[in-house]
Amino acid sequence: MSSTQSMLELLSPYPPGWGGVLLSGGVSTVMISLGAYFVGTVIGLGGAIGKLKGNRPVLFVLDIYTTAVRAIPELILIIGLYYAGTDGLNRIMLALGLPTIEINGFVAAVAVLGIVQGAYATEVLRGAILAIPVGQIEAASAFGMRPSLRFRRIVLPALMPNALPGLANLWMSVTKDSALIAVVGYQELALATRLAAGNTKHYFLFFLAAAALYLVITLLSNVVFGLLESRFRRGQAKTA
Amino acid sequence: MNFSWIFSYWPLLAAGAVQTVLLLVISVGFGFILGIGLALAQISGPRWLKWVARGYCTCLRGTPLLIQLWLLYYGVGSLLPLVSGLRGSFLWPIVREGFFFAALSFTLNYAAYEAEVLRGALLAVPKGELEAGRSFGMSSWTLLRRIWLPRAIRIALPTIAGEVVLQLKATPLAFTVTVMDLYAVAYKVRQDTLLVYEPLMVVTAFYVFLTLLITRAFKMVEAQVPVRR
Repeated sequence: MSSTQSMLELLSPYPPGWGGVLLSGGVSTVMISLGAYFVGTVIGLGGAIGKLKGNRPVLFVLDIYTTAVRAIPELILIIGLYYAGTDGLNRIMLALGLPTIEINGFVAAVAVLGIVQGAYATEVLRGAILAIPVGQIEAASAFGMRPSLRFRRIVLPALMPNALPGLANLWMSVTKDSALIAVVGYQELALATRLAAGNTKHYFLFFLAAAALYLVITLLSNVVFGLLESRFRRGQAKTA
Repeated sequence: MNFSWIFSYWPLLAAGAVQTVLLLVISVGFGFILGIGLALAQISGPRWLKWVARGYCTCLRGTPLLIQLWLLYYGVGSLLPLVSGLRGSFLWPIVREGFFFAALSFTLNYAAYEAEVLRGALLAVPKGELEAGRSFGMSSWTLLRRIWLPRAIRIALPTIAGEVVLQLKATPLAFTVTVMDLYAVAYKVRQDTLLVYEPLMVVTAFYVFLTLLITRAFKMVEAQVPVRR
């Protein structure tokens, strides 16, 4: 353990080393995050439109959803939804006379994290839509655009620059929240690291390596979101 | 729905609640002080200190709290017995516990987030107020203590309230390192009684109650200072 040589051997991506396990854990972390982010953004878009245009009952339900998700600790939400979700689905299947199904850990993880993300995304997108100057939307209506066309051509491109900083924050938080999935036993980066560390007893080395991988994900995402923002802000006046 | 277990488990639940609140108070209290230092280091420290502080914030905000906690508990924890003399010292009973590592990693993590919030707030304090203080002949320490910091904290209060709630929501992670916090008690109840949802619901209600309490408290503090709109 004293030499750098043995550390490199431990982290090597080929079997006696555990680097491969860590990297594939990292890949599944990114996949879970991407899936959950997509699900969350779709829920968020629906939720934001519902909150702005919906009637009383819709508003009430959405308010409970966003408040509850933001007030309950993520770990409890994830564990609760994980068990309640699989259990509930199987009860429905049973009631319908269908055989029970084993829910894939990946799908469950994406769904659970997506529901959590959706609540935050709802608020981010609602704010972003509200920040669009009313005149632009009225102008589109005056041109006779149907609501769907208006949404696609005017609202969506106009809300993106407003929403991007918030959406970037959400992406950062989903990559880190995905580590909580380790607690329910799906193998992503955090759990893979614990496995490697437990097997080799080199806890410090492996957790440091995992932290470095997460940091790389975060820093790369920073660059990507920076590029995206300058792309979506093209044609806008520069402030200061 | 079966809640009869509460009668036999309430002492454990109460003890768990105390642990949760203790973790929150320790991490927010010490983290805030450390955060002030980090924020000041980023704004007015010498160049090397700026880089250290910025690097610290980037690293701790860029990795999951769970990994930081496990790095400390399993990683540093496995190296601690190698430190000579520690095992015999009075510190050993504290350093051996999961609670110590949970409190330490939550504090370090909270400090990184708080530093970013305070950095923004310190920069947002109107220049004229600082110049006024200086022209009264205040030393930079007096200026910081009487004007710069109080004004910055007041500016940041709504954000700090949000950060404290986020910190509360992070505390259940402590159960992964053997701390018997509120969530760990719910987990134990589930293992003993095979009830899945009821203990989670009770614990959740407590977290939501604490969240409301925190937001109320911060609203009251904010209302102490009249704001001209």
